[in-house]
Amino acid sequence: MFTTSLTISDLLFMLQGAWVTLQLTAAAMLLGTLSGVLCGLLRAGLPRASLPLAWLLDLFRSVPLLIQFVLFNSLKSIAGLDISAFAVGCLVLGIYAAAFCSEIVRSGIQAVPANLRRAARSLGMSYWQDLRHVVLPLATRVSFPGWLNLVLSVMKDTALVMWIGIFELLRTSQSVVTRIQEPLLVLCIAGLIYYLMSLLVAQLGNRLEKRWQEND
Amino acid sequence: MIEIDKVHKSFGDLEVVKGVSLTVNKGEVVSIIGGSGSGKSTLLMCINGLEPIQRGSIRVDGTEVHAKGTDLNRLRQKIGIVFQQWNAFPHLTVLENVMLAPRKVLGLSQQEAEAMAVKQLTHVGLADKLKVFPGKLSGGQQQRMAIARALAMSPDYMLFDEATSALDPQLVGEVLDTMRLLAEDGMTMILVTHEIRFARDVSDRVAFFRDGLVHEIGTPDQVIGNPQQTETADFLKSVL
Repeated sequence: MFTTSLTISDLLFMLQGAWVTLQLTAAAMLLGTLSGVLCGLLRAGLPRASLPLAWLLDLFRSVPLLIQFVLFNSLKSIAGLDISAFAVGCLVLGIYAAAFCSEIVRSGIQAVPANLRRAARSLGMSYWQDLRHVVLPLATRVSFPGWLNLVLSVMKDTALVMWIGIFELLRTSQSVVTRIQEPLLVLCIAGLIYYLMSLLVAQLGNRLEKRWQEND
Repeated sequence: MIEIDKVHKSFGDLEVVKGVSLTVNKGEVVSIIGGSGSGKSTLLMCINGLEPIQRGSIRVDGTEVHAKGTDLNRLRQKIGIVFQQWNAFPHLTVLENVMLAPRKVLGLSQQEAEAMAVKQLTHVGLADKLKVFPGKLSGGQQQRMAIARALAMSPDYMLFDEATSALDPQLVGEVLDTMRLLAEDGMTMILVTHEIRFARDVSDRVAFFRDGLVHEIGTPDQVIGNPQQTETADFLKSVL
């Protein structure tokens, strides 16, 4: 009735791809979050001076990721840089994530009521103390759901790195499809793996959010 | 001593404080009354440098608040202010709210800051709410927490900016009682308030603000009991 040529080793091969997907996501989000927070702080604190930064970030937000991958990969070859495709993938995805993250952080900071900052300053706290102890903790709570969305979207965008020759989940799935010619089954399994990975991230996030909400 | 000398303050083209002069001596309680838009609250914000001024000068214990080299963070340590909106830090417990500035600004140890916070919170009647988050408190409790938070810095002066205006009527009393205790302890205070009866009870002097200027000033019995200016009398008639 139902037979398949899919073997255990095919599945393991796909899981290896999933592992690469997770690594790419983690690396890109680490880079993206660190630089995104920095850019977001600059955008919120010095809106006019950081305007050129906003234009640059807009560029990365607006150009399709696939084009960025291919262009950066070619640039790498032209410039003769000796970095792996994986590093290129992390870098491009990281900058892309940073561009989105900086907007999430900026709006989070701006959502902190001016009155609270005024109260903090009235107690003798410096600009940085206010930022560290009042603004950032509150902005984090506001920004977190948006940031979580970004993680999920970056996780799926990692699929595009197969165009520069990295074997992540989608690419490994495709090569299994090429071998056993059962695209529907293989893609369903790949989709399920993406779903489970996203579910894990979302669950962790929800737990954190719930803990914060209990205090409000 | 707080010396306010011919202070002018504008927001853009709109001048809200138009040359106010007022001196508040150590240990004195001065209430500022007047209609909305008369510049009362704005003046308070200028005293601790939260708002810049355009002309005139404000000196606190001889320190020019709005001079270039003034360390405002240092100056603000001795000027506590309580706002109309209590502005509790929602991510911190009541205890942490009060401990934060003593810890970070005064550099007290965890234990010292906690002892100070507990002392002040007990003083305002919140000893049983230490571990509670502000979101779970009533407005009156949050405002009393804000008072404790300001007092934990051991300020020499306390400014109250319509501290009871945003409260439900039945919660006003508890906050006024806390303020009254403070006045009886000899704290130097400037109150911007609409609670005329309270102002009459606790103040050494009352100033009636009108159109960005001190219109009439004197003892509570003079200004509230027997106002000399028709505008003062009209205002009192409208609020009492």
